[in-house]
Amino acid sequence: MGSSMTEQDLRNRISDVREGRLSRRAFVRQMAALGLSAPMAGTMLAHGGVAFADATLAYKPTKAGGGGVLKLLLWQAPTLLNPHFASGTKDQIASRIFFEPLAGWDKEGNLIAQLAAETPSRTNGGLSADGKEVTWKLKRNVRWHDGQPFTADDVVFTWQYAADPATAAYTTGSYANIKVEKIDDHTVKVVFKEPTPFWADPFVGAFGCILPKHHFGDYAGAKSRDAPANLKPVGTGPYKFLDFKPGDIITGERNADYHVPSQPFFDRIEVKGGGDAVSAARAVLQSGEYDYAWNLQVEDEILKRMETGGKGKISAVVSGDIEFIILNTTDPDVEVDGERSSIKTKHPTLSDPKVREAMNLLLDRDSIEKFIYGRGGLATASFVNEPKQFKSKTLKYEFSVDKANKILDEAGYKRGQDGVREKDGKKLKYVFQTSINAPRQKTQAIIKQACQRAGIDLELKSVTAAVFFSSDVGNPDTYIKLYCDMEMYTTTQPQPDPEVFLNQSNSWQIANKENKWLGRNVARFSDPAADDAYKAAQKELDPAKRAELLIKVNDLFCRSNTILPLISRTRVVAAASSLMHDHSGWDVDTWNVAAWYRA
Amino acid sequence: MAPARVRVPASPMRQTWRRFARHRLAVASACLLAILMLGVILGPLLWRVRIDDIDFAATLQGPSAAHPFGTDDLGQDLLARMIYGGRISLAVGFAAMLVATLVGIVVGSVAGMSRRLVDPALMWVTDLFLSLPQLPLLLLIIYLFRDRLKALFGVEGGIFVMIVAVIGGLRWMPVARLVRAQFLSLREKEFVEAARALGASRWEQVVGHILPNALGPVIVASTIEVSAAIIAESTLSFLGLGFPPDIPTWGRILFDAKDHLDVAPHWALFAGAAIFLTVLSINFIGDGLRDALDPRRIG
Repeated sequence: MGSSMTEQDLRNRISDVREGRLSRRAFVRQMAALGLSAPMAGTMLAHGGVAFADATLAYKPTKAGGGGVLKLLLWQAPTLLNPHFASGTKDQIASRIFFEPLAGWDKEGNLIAQLAAETPSRTNGGLSADGKEVTWKLKRNVRWHDGQPFTADDVVFTWQYAADPATAAYTTGSYANIKVEKIDDHTVKVVFKEPTPFWADPFVGAFGCILPKHHFGDYAGAKSRDAPANLKPVGTGPYKFLDFKPGDIITGERNADYHVPSQPFFDRIEVKGGGDAVSAARAVLQSGEYDYAWNLQVEDEILKRMETGGKGKISAVVSGDIEFIILNTTDPDVEVDGERSSIKTKHPTLSDPKVREAMNLLLDRDSIEKFIYGRGGLATASFVNEPKQFKSKTLKYEFSVDKANKILDEAGYKRGQDGVREKDGKKLKYVFQTSINAPRQKTQAIIKQACQRAGIDLELKSVTAAVFFSSDVGNPDTYIKLYCDMEMYTTTQPQPDPEVFLNQSNSWQIANKENKWLGRNVARFSDPAADDAYKAAQKELDPAKRAELLIKVNDLFCRSNTILPLISRTRVVAAASSLMHDHSGWDVDTWNVAAWYRA
Repeated sequence: MAPARVRVPASPMRQTWRRFARHRLAVASACLLAILMLGVILGPLLWRVRIDDIDFAATLQGPSAAHPFGTDDLGQDLLARMIYGGRISLAVGFAAMLVATLVGIVVGSVAGMSRRLVDPALMWVTDLFLSLPQLPLLLLIIYLFRDRLKALFGVEGGIFVMIVAVIGGLRWMPVARLVRAQFLSLREKEFVEAARALGASRWEQVVGHILPNALGPVIVASTIEVSAAIIAESTLSFLGLGFPPDIPTWGRILFDAKDHLDVAPHWALFAGAAIFLTVLSINFIGDGLRDALDPRRIG
């Protein structure tokens, strides 16, 4: 495998680390994938002029407790505390305080053992050569909050629980096609049907929390929603459950038996819900009522002004989330077999690649980044942006009204009396929808103005977020229905790997009436070449070849101009100045809440 | 109040005007409202800046010669936006008030004049409408008819018709109850009996005698509807169901401005002041009209 990386590549990567474009840990991980040990990779970096460093939050307190109350503010209130029913991040964040997975993802995309004794690798025998088996060694001496020991039985039970369709777990996709065997009390083996290069999905991160068999054992299957523990969690986490008022507040107290020595620092934890993003930022940065507020899609200018008070600071970490626009190539005004925007129809003008190419030139991404998102994201032309080894090197963006005009002129779209272009009686008039959120409405206004100068008329539409992002089949205004000419939203990348994320380009994932619009491909994109590359990548164990295949999928997806990537988003949070916290773009915010402390 | 010496009675119109003119606040309010309306009607002829010119070099600027009302966070000229939005907000407010008042007067007077089943039946309907949860109903109506109205009247026209119909159609009940209560007491009064004895038909009784006496409180109630309609329009825009987000109605401007109150108070102040002054002046005008139209007042 070493041959797939040239010496020049290696030198480039070392200089990437030196200049901060690539993290040290990510470099070490890449080298490990090529068969080099971590100390050796570290040595290479040291030779390249990069000092040794530990990037995760260093834990300073020498004993547990004594930290007082930690107050978190989630402007969407949690409504349930079972991590396997948690469909929204708000519920995942709340349940992660009490439950833990075998391993979580840190902000640089490193897999960090939590309930596992170590993360599986080829060297420690955790990963089989054929890519079909993963063996997890569990941490010993871990106790549930009620004093019962944590064992392999709990892990096997969690798989049975989540895989059972009758349980109707949100996480079922990660467990349905695997087998889990107990080797001994502290070892389990996960068996995949096919070689699976991205194996760190079951029992890992947001979908991986382990449930206690002795509390949920009687409630697997159809009775799952009746379990008392759904609202009164008993986990292994750093805080023990005290009280929960759904939609309002959660309180917990320090778990004196926590399995990491001298953690956690705080005596109590409070998670308050409600409000909106701007008022949440204010409650941390200006009034200092709370220690931490999450998911702040707020114009950076506003955040900067709030920060000047000195009570708190903004922290942004990279993620794979992408704010993008879908150009609908199907017809949203024609109904076929009970659905609009069906792939059996063609959009009168947006099905023309020339029009889509012109639209891509009319997005002033640099201004959107500079004047709206700031630290909240980077302008991009690529759907996949993280981790860096999966980012396309060839996709570039440009803003040019002149070029767009030229393309449209050449394609035969003539300006009418009202200044709007048309061809064969079909006007370039589009409905452009998104959710209600100040940064998005500003972006819409910027795009509308550029389009106007190119003879394209946009009608802006904004839908309240609760409706736009719901999966309600009866509602015509949801983003999955795509009953408009173009729409804009952010899609989140759940893992530091783009494979699952890129299923949004699979032709078999196209959202339609039959799959209740739950198919992941909202853009209705379809290209056999992209499908083939994707299928090949799913089985490719060579990391370099696999990355190449996934980049090819991404490039075909983006070059079709069916989707127009805008901003590679970061996850932005506000925290009190004294709070040392550790949030990640690859896992839920509270993934490492045990290690938070006040300086 | 009454002049001591006898003089030739002025015509009823003149009397009304004289009574109205005596209410100084009402006159001042009428002038103010006239200025506001002239401003939004004639404004675009005098102030020819486009409402959607984005200028990142001039964001969140206070009032200046180039931008008398300052700019918003995209550097768009607020005076131009206020003028454009004022047309919509005022039109929505007055049209919705007219609809609500007309429906209310018709329902209320029919109920108030009937002596049989019609009255209880109409009051049941009124109660029914009062007990309807307005927001879910609004959402339903909008989902059912939005696209059809858009096809008929265009984007802005369709939403205008819909909002006026919906706000007017859901706010006539207080007016109807008020009118009915007035009718019930007035129809038994001696002057109505006298008219009846002189052979006045029901229609003549209502139009000539009862309605003019009942109008005072109705006018005051309906002026409140103007402000309610302006605010309801901004609620709908906020929920994404009103005008498109780039149409700067006054409610919308206020909503957009709220996150920038600390550094750009001018943004919210002009729109807020416009709504405030409109509502206040309409209320005073209502007060003045009540005094002027009340036949029991002499002078």
